[in-house]
Order: sequence, then C-alpha cells, then structure tokens
Amino acid sequence: MIYKISDNIISSLGFGSKENYSQIKNGNSGLKLYEDKFHLPEPFFASLMEEELINDKFSSMCKPTNEKYTKLEKLSILSCSDAIDKALINPSSNEVLFIFSTTKGNVELLEENKEFEKERVYLWKSAQIIKDYFNNPNEPIVVTNACISGIAAQLTAINFLKNHNFKYAIVIGAEVLSKFIISGFQSFKALSKQMCKPFDRDRDGLNLGEGATTIIYKIANEDENIPKDAIKFVGGAVRNDANHISGPSRQGEGLFNAINATIKGYEKNKLSFINAHATSTVYNDNMESFAIERSGINHIPVNSLKPYFGHTLGAAGVLETIISSYSLLDNTIIKTLNHKNYGVDKSIIINKENQKSEKTAFIKLISGFGGSNAAIMFEKAGYEKY
Amino acid sequence: MKNIEIKAWCRITNNKVLLNGEELQIPIKENTSWLTNIYKSLKIDYPKYFKMDKLSKSGFLASEIIMRKLNIEPLKPKPNWSIILMNNSSSLETDKEFQKTIQSPSDYFPSPSVFVYTLANIVTGEIAIRNKIIGETLFYVHQKFSAQHLYQYSLDSFSDQSIDNVLCGWVEDGDGDIDVLMFAIAESSDKNDFTIENISKLY
Repeated sequence: MIYKISDNIISSLGFGSKENYSQIKNGNSGLKLYEDKFHLPEPFFASLMEEELINDKFSSMCKPTNEKYTKLEKLSILSCSDAIDKALINPSSNEVLFIFSTTKGNVELLEENKEFEKERVYLWKSAQIIKDYFNNPNEPIVVTNACISGIAAQLTAINFLKNHNFKYAIVIGAEVLSKFIISGFQSFKALSKQMCKPFDRDRDGLNLGEGATTIIYKIANEDENIPKDAIKFVGGAVRNDANHISGPSRQGEGLFNAINATIKGYEKNKLSFINAHATSTVYNDNMESFAIERSGINHIPVNSLKPYFGHTLGAAGVLETIISSYSLLDNTIIKTLNHKNYGVDKSIIINKENQKSEKTAFIKLISGFGGSNAAIMFEKAGYEKY
Repeated sequence: MKNIEIKAWCRITNNKVLLNGEELQIPIKENTSWLTNIYKSLKIDYPKYFKMDKLSKSGFLASEIIMRKLNIEPLKPKPNWSIILMNNSSSLETDKEFQKTIQSPSDYFPSPSVFVYTLANIVTGEIAIRNKIIGETLFYVHQKFSAQHLYQYSLDSFSDQSIDNVLCGWVEDGDGDIDVLMFAIAESSDKNDFTIENISKLY
C-alpha cells in the first residue's frame, strides 16, 4: 500500500497546506490583477508571491548555507522542509527519493543572470540543489510533462516505491512565473482578462499562478502505523490524445482513456468528487465534459481549484491533489468559484457551493500540451480497494 | 522479473545514423541541415516535420527509422504503446529562441509557434501523433545519460497493464549537438537483451 503521509503548499494564499485549505474553504482567491508587472505590455490576472516574504521565511526557517538560491529553489526548500518535519523522516537516507516536477524551472535566468552559474537554468540542476540541501544521496528525478507534470511525478514516485526499493518518495512541484511564461501564454491568447470561470459559458481563458508544493509518499505494509490524516493511493494513468500538440482532442479521447484505466474495477459510487483540470479555456473545459460523461462518472460532482490558485503549471497536479485530499478528509466538496452559467456541451455536475459528503474517494484529472492527460485516484486510508 | 526484448534501436549523432548498429547512408545535399537530409533520405511526406524544433525533429526521425524497420502501420491506433523519453537540457535550445523574441521591448514579439516547443514533452506528442500512440507518454530530465533510469522508467511503463510495447530513449540537442538513442522494446517470452548493461554499451 502506498500512502501520502505528509504534504505542504506554499502559495499566495499562505504557507502550509492547512492554511491554504482553510483560505479556499472560506472562498478566498489568490488571484490579483497585475499591470506593468515583468514589464509586459498587457495586464494580467495571476497568483504571485512576493520575493521579500519568501526571503524572510527562508532566513527564519531554513538552516544557513553558503549556497545562494533562486526564488524557485527557496520556495521548494521551504515547502519540502515543512513536509519533512511533519513526516518525521530522515531525508538524507538512501531509502528516500526526490522527484521534482516543473515545466520551466529557473527559466527567468535566461533574461538576466548576474548571480548564478550558467547551468542553473537546467532543470536537473535545480533538482540537485534542492536535494543537496537535504543531503540526499540519490540522483533526483525531474519530471517535465507540461501541465500534467505534477501527476506524472506522483505516478513516477509510486512506481519507484513499488518497483525500485525506495521506502519514501518526496515529490516537489514548483513553478515561478516570469516574463517568459506569461508572454508565451499571452501569445497563445490563452489568458483571460478577468478571473477565470471554469465550465462557464462566458469563460475565455486561464489565469496563471505560482507556488511550491510537496507530497511525501510511503510504501507500507498493512500492519505499519500510518498517520491518521494519511490518504491511500488507489490508481492512476497517463494517456496521450495523439491528436494535436497544443490543443486537446475534442471528445477527450486521452483523458477518457486515462480515467478508464484509473477507475477500472473500482466502485464509482465511492467517489465523493472529481477534481477537474478546468483551466477555463474554451477547449479544455469542454473536452473534460466529454471525457467525464463518456467515463460514466458524470453523476459525481466536479470542481475546479483554478479560480483560487490560478494554473500553477508544474505544481498544479501536486497542489490540487493535496487540497482535494484535505477536502476529502474534511468530508467537504469545495465549490467552483466564479462558475455561474453552465457552458459545456456534455452533461456534468459542477459543484457550486461547499457541500458535505461522507464518501471515501476522489479522482483528480489533468491535461496538457503535448496531448498528455492523466488521472489519479485516492481514498481515505483504512478503506479496502474493492 | 519480466523479459524485455529490443525490437529495434536507432542512434543519431551529428554525423551518423545507426539502425540496429548498422550505419545508414544519408545522401547529403548542400544548404540542407543534417536532420533534414536524414528526413529526405526516408522519402516520407510529413509536412509537420518542418514545423518542429530540433529536439522534436531528432526524436521524430529516430522513431520513424525504428517504426519503419518494424513495418508498423502509422495510422493504426496503438493503445498498447507508450513513449518514455529523457534528456539533459529539456527544451533549453528553444527556450533561448523564445527568449530572443521577448528580450528587447522595441523588438517584442512573442511567437506562439516557438513557445509551444518550450516544453520538452512536445517531442513525445509529435511521435504519438505520427504513430497514433495513445498509451502513456512521459518525459524526464537527467544530468547525464542514465541507462539505469531509462531501464527503470521503461520497466515501470510495462507495469501499466495496457502497455506491451515501449518507445524509449535519450533525445538531446543541447548546444546544437544531436545525441539520440532510441529503442523499441517489448515484453518477450525468451529474449532479454534490454538490460542496463546493453543500454550502456549502445550509447
């Protein structure tokens, strides 16, 4: 059995998973309008973190070292430290594997880099810097799969625990925003000029967000002690649309296949909710409605967390898994902020108000550029798989 | 432990293409890039090739050479195939290209067609589209070619019950140097030559 035994979220809504969960349960969003940020010609909504605040936290919470760290690395180390402290594990053990999920790492160093060595822009270098802080002896794994990275990284962690003799896997998902990322999404006309509206008929694009998040997985026997708030991994899969590199297949072929592979043989009525990718682009949300309906799980409430955090890219899969697991244990289905008028082709149930549910499992969906899609499913620990 | 067999493998460097260890003769035309010379030698009509960045072109060509050798019909959907690729620099060469389009305020014109290739896993998408591979696609980054990780990721892909064939390998175009090693592998009842030792030898 594989359990999530610890976690952390750092976002514009706060430091720590509990703080972030309580903020969104109260309906608060971290999205704000930015004008002239990064010297970009167009304004944009995003969820950003002040570097000063991160620096303060870092100097008060992290051990002093001679190494200088980028914003991304500081956030990752802070997030990981908190999760490790709670898990009471020794990160320098060779039983611990570090897995880093990001799409663009320190890419902002391409614009101007006076402080750091050239190779700092490589993703493997960031991963190395982070695991070195914790004196971990193993080569870290970097997963970079566009928007599905955070789920792909978790599924990689689970495979390495099952098949390659590790006891713990620490999955860090982190992304910081920069002129590079925002201008790219703007050039794609993918950003909304307002706060994103998942599954809404007036939706017109996504908002971006930044943050660092950590999940620690443990492989355990039935008789081992598991923390009360642990969540059990049930299944997951990655599937490609083989349709287009920058747009989803209209009928959600890949996501449908990923959901099917994940829920095969599972009692669907145990599902409390579906946490959708729901970026609020016209194509993505419509595609998801097809995939959910085709999989026969469209009687289960669907929510989106993008209106709270924005799309945090390489961090999104990890962040949304953590929030969803807190909400599962809290017997609460979080509402989809900003959703007013139903606007997708297929019939699904959008969760519009926080509501109670005693059900025992959730499934998280994610899709991204390169035609990739993934699903992952968890349940409250202590419940049997079938 | 499962037996895994190498069905075909392809190595592409700056001046050589090997298929199952034998060098392919690539006719060289002037004013044509090395990769496009390889493309032309294949005599295929796939206009999407010309839109790709160098990373995607490199991976696409290796996959094309392998799939052709195995006589695999590109248009047949393949739910039982996965693609697992890795490299050192992710999409850094294209990242630098994109950075040029936004670096100066007077010359600011971010290009969506460049931006889409600032994701390394696009190469897995290109190969998936060409071959209708609808199984798993994943991309990993490592400091150096790691036969051990390539082996582990591929093995894990077979633990997905739908998957019995994997296209896997290393696809790197850092600093303009093409460095590709790709395998088509499958579960086998008797042959077991996809081993860490063999992978290292072929790199």
